[in-house]
Amino acid sequence: MLLSLLVVTALAVIRLRDLFAVVMLFGIYSLLSASLFVVLDAVDVAFTEASVGAGVATVFMLGTLALTTSREKTPGAHKPLLPLLVVLVTGAALIYGTSDIPHYGDPGNPIHQHVAPRYLEDSAEEIGIPNVVSSVLASYRGYDTLGETTVVFTAAIGVLLLIGGARRRRRSEEPPRPDREEEDA
Amino acid sequence: MQQYSVPRLITKLLLPLILLFALYVQFHGDFGPGGGFQAGVIFAAGFVLYALVYGLDNARRIMPPWLLRVGVSLGVLIYAGVGVAGMLLGGAFLDYGVLDSHDPVHGQHLGILLVELGVGITVASVMISIFYAFAGRGR
Repeated sequence: MLLSLLVVTALAVIRLRDLFAVVMLFGIYSLLSASLFVVLDAVDVAFTEASVGAGVATVFMLGTLALTTSREKTPGAHKPLLPLLVVLVTGAALIYGTSDIPHYGDPGNPIHQHVAPRYLEDSAEEIGIPNVVSSVLASYRGYDTLGETTVVFTAAIGVLLLIGGARRRRRSEEPPRPDREEEDA
Repeated sequence: MQQYSVPRLITKLLLPLILLFALYVQFHGDFGPGGGFQAGVIFAAGFVLYALVYGLDNARRIMPPWLLRVGVSLGVLIYAGVGVAGMLLGGAFLDYGVLDSHDPVHGQHLGILLVELGVGITVASVMISIFYAFAGRGR
């Protein structure tokens, strides 16, 4: 049910040319994905998807629309046959690949045989907090989370450098000095 | 948005709840779903709502951009600092067990709390700075 709603939303996103509506549909898509994660018992992931995907990312995309335009350019005449073929072949290969994937929730799956049992059984003694997701993220996989935090940090640096950093604002507030204008030139 | 009194009033009512919920998610992440990342995003969403309704200048007055720039790096520094503190106390990098000399489980608690706090500070500051950058550019 949720999956079919996801497909309908995705198709609507492809068909629509009004980018404002597309951004709203993306928010709905994220909310549906979050519900899907709740159904799969991944509440932490659902939480992130709902707050980032449906919340903040929508606002950022609206901000981008305000800076650019809210109408998608209509594409010129092109032949859709080759792209359609590529997409169909890739999709067929992916669907064929799913037949080899182990069943969802089967305790004999390889992913449940590696480190997961140790996390689930020993984290109460070793870390002592009830939320295993938190203990995996922050303690067992602390290096990864440090890396992720650094990625977020780097993303902010990149965005601030690209659009509207401190330099731009300072220049518009202060009266331009002659020597600075020479520097810019 | 100066003339719309209903959104202004609703924002005023909702804002403390949003920020309080963010703090709850931040410090209750050990026990329920959530953690630093989600809390940071919710905290930032509260500020984005405030800036949308009350204007960017008012938001900049409450949360000035220099403070955000400090926050962006402070969070990563707290995280890495906890790791280095573990090394100084004789453990491995990011080994929280040595943070408490009596009980390694307490050390783990403390380490996770501090690390999540670092993640939360960085994520909240990053989200608000990106929003400022987008919203400030259009004018």
